[in-house]
Amino acid sequence: MKLKNNNFTLDSTDIKILELLREDARKTYTDIGKLLGIAHSTVYDRIKRMEHYGIIKKYTALVDLEKVGAKTVTAIMTIYTDPKESEKVAEKLCEFPQVLEVYTSLSEELQIIAKVMAESQENLHEFIATTVAPLPGVLRIRTSIVTKKFKETQPLIVNDPKKLTLVSNKQQNEVRKSEK
Amino acid sequence: MKNEQTKALKIVPREKAFYFFTSMGNYTGESASSLKEFMEKISTVNVKSIEFHLYRGDFERWVAEVLEDRELAEKICKLRQLNYSGNTLRENLYNIVAKRFKELSGLS
Repeated sequence: MKLKNNNFTLDSTDIKILELLREDARKTYTDIGKLLGIAHSTVYDRIKRMEHYGIIKKYTALVDLEKVGAKTVTAIMTIYTDPKESEKVAEKLCEFPQVLEVYTSLSEELQIIAKVMAESQENLHEFIATTVAPLPGVLRIRTSIVTKKFKETQPLIVNDPKKLTLVSNKQQNEVRKSEK
Repeated sequence: MKNEQTKALKIVPREKAFYFFTSMGNYTGESASSLKEFMEKISTVNVKSIEFHLYRGDFERWVAEVLEDRELAEKICKLRQLNYSGNTLRENLYNIVAKRFKELSGLS
């Protein structure tokens, strides 16, 4: 790991550790060390550092909602907004637990694209009609209900570690403070 | 009558306005914050939206719960039972709402 001016660059070993943890976050330091041919203490140090710098945000469980018995409807919502209000609309959407992902997109009109989940189509409509449509700046909404999921995965980590220059949590907080 | 008029002719805040959708989750961008605005939007909004809301009972529910006009809500409910569609539905709904608006605003 290279440390330069408090920024650091991930090397190929870090990336391999991340890939292994993404396959199975319950792998032990020893398992990872054996797979990569390095000492478990090295794995420990690198993981702790990546946790410290916020590269590893958290360890979580992927739950199969169907097997749990939860009936859900997933939809992709495209919200056309007044450009002056789009940031506020996007930030407001992030507050609702039904909204899983929020993106802004520039096409002919400014759009917000959000992935939403509800217990039923009726609940989804109710949420959009009573919570999203009334937000100031919302011009109109198109919603597509997902009928079948073919793929859902995380993006690959960039193979060229030089492209992954990351900033420490402390620095991120300083940037956030200066922006306010 | 005075109290009834005041309630039905009020302008409601945006979170209580009526938002016109053409189907589940598809918002047209049109909304109404008063009986007058509701009447005006009925004559211009996509007719699919009128069909969608009428047969879900959304219009009568909003009129009864937000505008607190039970009489108009009942008339809309009766219209629903006639199973009209398209512009026939639009015209009939407009006439019912416009008549009620005139009654309450003292124009008739």
